[in-house]
Order: sequence, then structure tokens, then C-alpha cells
Amino acid sequence: MLVEQFKHGLNAPICLTWEWTYACNLACAHCLSSSGRRDPMELSTDEIKSVIDELQRMQVFYINVGGGEPTVRADFWELLDYAIAHQVGVKFSTNGLRITPERARQLAATDYVDVQISLDGATREVNDAVRGPGSYDMAIRAMENLAEAGFENFKISVVMTRQNVSQLDDFAAIADRYGAQLRITRLRPSGRGADVWDELHPTAEQQLELYDWLVGHGERVLTGDSFFHLNALGSEPIPGLNLCGAGRVVCLIDPVGDVYACPFAIHDAFKAGNVRSPGGFAEVWQSSSLFQELRGEQTGGACRSCSAYDVCQGGCMAAKFFTGLPLDGPDPECVKGHGATALAAVDRAALPPQGTDHSHKGPVRSQPVSLGMPALKVSRPDRFCDESPLAGMEAR
Amino acid sequence: MPAPTASFSPDRGYRLNPNVALRPEPFGALAYHFGNRRLSFLKDLALVELVEHLGEHPSAREALATLPAAQHEPTLRALAVLAATDMIVPV
Ligand code: SF4
Ligand code: SF4
Repeated sequence: MLVEQFKHGLNAPICLTWEWTYACNLACAHCLSSSGRRDPMELSTDEIKSVIDELQRMQVFYINVGGGEPTVRADFWELLDYAIAHQVGVKFSTNGLRITPERARQLAATDYVDVQISLDGATREVNDAVRGPGSYDMAIRAMENLAEAGFENFKISVVMTRQNVSQLDDFAAIADRYGAQLRITRLRPSGRGADVWDELHPTAEQQLELYDWLVGHGERVLTGDSFFHLNALGSEPIPGLNLCGAGRVVCLIDPVGDVYACPFAIHDAFKAGNVRSPGGFAEVWQSSSLFQELRGEQTGGACRSCSAYDVCQGGCMAAKFFTGLPLDGPDPECVKGHGATALAAVDRAALPPQGTDHSHKGPVRSQPVSLGMPALKVSRPDRFCDESPLAGMEAR
Repeated sequence: MPAPTASFSPDRGYRLNPNVALRPEPFGALAYHFGNRRLSFLKDLALVELVEHLGEHPSAREALATLPAAQHEPTLRALAVLAATDMIVPV
């Protein structure tokens, strides 16, 4: 299986997420990058272009651009064109803010670009509780504009929470309505996601519901590497990338140029370097000691004796790290229940702090008001390896 | 692995699709199709070499000549999949 080749890393990433700004018009409760305010040290237009040149030389054929809300950068459309002209295809994640009818037509007419609209509830009520008032309507308007412009197969990206697992069929129907493809991802305790993870991560019964749904519908639904920890639930593996690719095939470049092993691991422990340093991104990818270490043999620790280890691999490194669990032990959502047991023994006061915080400081117009939860802190979520990095891939 | 859909005939000439880039990797190469955005993995160096030079031979079968006989069948199957996914195209 390819997983074996991937474990030792590739010459260049195949699942590169690049956040172009920490600025965001929203304040989603579970934002993985704690976005809100622009960072004064963000990469300039020219710096971004020179990293794109480098990616072209490394043959990174496409990137997942996110933020923050990437389209709030005044140079967003210029950078998009630049990347495409340099054989670096772009999928960008957006809350829909700037997807006007004109922009939708422009995007529909552009090759090598894909758009991913974030939506975390199939109803206004469920979505806006996490993403803030007005965010559902904004996302739907963007979808209407894309569909109207003839943009086929854009992505709708949903972070699965306790409140929306029951809406899976409704999400699929929304995707069908707009000729889009559904992508669902896991809520990870990263960024502001750590503050809401306890209340929002799906229950054990919901994990099973999700697994069953994916086994039935998985071929049409993108999941990236979100749910391989659920493979331990049955004999049928979920389509998608079934290993933690952090530092091996996955990485993040953040808005100030720091390179992390994974978009869900913004913390010094997973920082490999900065694109501004001599040698640039290529040097960081190829030689950083952190990435070398991640590409070495992993021990598996307490999971080694588990019958499901081959398909589950102990789950998500970031989820373990931010919930205070050992990296070589079970995932906090281990379907055999070992995560829950381990979590109970964790000293909550000693959890690792999140790496950077660009959250809005004051109230925001679109402040989410949680459903039956204590008022949440505020900004926006997901984006990750756009589709499965292996979508449509043939293993030869 | 999906079954090949486009018909592949070993007696025709093929070449790497000009829309496809090969990126060298420790195990072989990663092939990226800019048109349909598919990734394929060529999992051994001999296959990479063969695919790179496929266009220089009058037919796919003749391109196999340099490989040990035991590898002809598996390699033809690999080429059939590459043809089905438009990674290689008839000349
Ligand atoms: S740390 Fe988690 S989210 Fe990141 S690559 Fe590994 S499994 Fe995926
Ligand atoms: S014990 Fe480890 S390998 Fe087994 S199911 Fe749990 S997380 Fe996965």
C-alpha cells in the first residue's frame, strides 16, 4: 500500500495548506487557527509570489489556500492568478464573503481553481450558532452565485459536530442542489476549537452514525484524513487518506511564513521553520529536524497491542497533543474507548496552550451564539487538505 | 484500483500526456494530470523510466523489450490503467 511510501515522506508535500491571512470577517467558535485580526508580519505580495515560484520549482501542483478569510487580502485575486500562471493550482476556502456574481463568473472561467465554501449547519440555526449570525445566508448566496455561473463541483466543507451529524443527508442534498461536492471534516481541538471541543465533538454513538454514513456514501464525499480513526469500527475502511500525514505529505504555511507539520498543529512543538529563512520552504520541508523525526518509525505505544492499529494508526497527532494525551497512544476519540479513559486522567490545567491567537478582541458583528451552550468565544474553522490528497488517485 | 475503462491496445504507440507532469520521488514518481487533477503514483523506477520514454517506441509492447519477461504482463496492466486515466495517450 502507498501508506508505506508516504510514511517516509515525499520530496514535496501533496497536501499543502497555506493560510494567507489571519484576518477574518467572522469569528467562528471552532476556528482552528484562532483567526480574526491581521498580523502585521504577514507575508507581503512579493513574498507570497516568491514562495509560489519555489512551489513551482518543487512541483507542488496544487495548494489549499485559507486563512482567516483569504479573500479579505486586497491582493487575493492577483495572487490567485499568479499561482495559476505558475502551475500551482489553488483551492481556496472561504466563508463566501467575496463570491459575488461577477467573481463567481470569473472563477468559473478559470482553470486550476477550486472553491470551498464553509458551512457547519444544514440549517441557519445550527450553522450560525457556530459561525455567527448571517454566515449561513452568506454561504448560501455564494453557492447560488457559483452554481448560477456554471462553476461545477465546487466544495462544501462541513466540520462535523454534535449538532450537525444528524444533518448529513441534508448536507448531501444541499451539495446536490448546487452541483457541488460535499467534504466533511473532523472537529479537532485546535485553535479556538480547543475551547468548544468538549461540547461539540460528536458523541460515541454519533461517531458510529458517521462511520455508517461514510461507508454508505463515502465514495462521493471527501474526507481528507479526517476519519481514519473510525476505521477501527468495522471491516470496511473509509475512503481517504488513512494515515497521519503531518510532515510527511501534509504541512501548513501560516500567514507569517511559519511552517508547521499540519494546519491543526499550530504550536511551537510542531513548527519546522519559516519560509523567510535562507533556503526557503524547500529547505524546511527537506531538512528540518522535526520533519525528519515525523518521517521516522513511530512506535505506536499503547496502541500497538490494539487489533485495529493497522487501520487506525492511533489516530490524529494534533487531537492527542491538544487534549494532553501522549502522541504514541490512543486518539481522544478512540472508538474502543481508550481515549476517554486516558482523557479522564489528564490534568486539564496543564494542557498545552494554543500557539497563536489572532481572535478579535472586542465583540464582532457576527458573534456566534451557541445552541444551549455557554456563550462561546468567537471566528472560523476548517480548511485542510482540500479534498483527500488522494482523491482520484490511482496506486500503481 | 478502478478497472481500466478506455481501451488500451499494446500494439499502438503511446506517450506521456503533455498535460501530465512527473515529479521524482524516492519510490518512483508522482504523476499529476493538470487537466483532470488526478494524482497517480508510479511505484517503481523502471516504470517511470518506461513511461518517460514511451513515446520513442512504435508500440507499447515494443517499449517493454528492455524489461525482464516476467514483468511484461504487470507492466502492461499498469499502462492500461495509466491509459484509462488519461495519463498516457495514443500517439
Ligand atoms: S495531526 Fe491530525 S489533522 Fe494533522 S495530518 Fe495528522 S491526522 Fe491529519
Ligand atoms: S487503541 Fe489506538 S489503534 Fe486501537 S482503536 Fe484506539 S486509537 Fe485506534
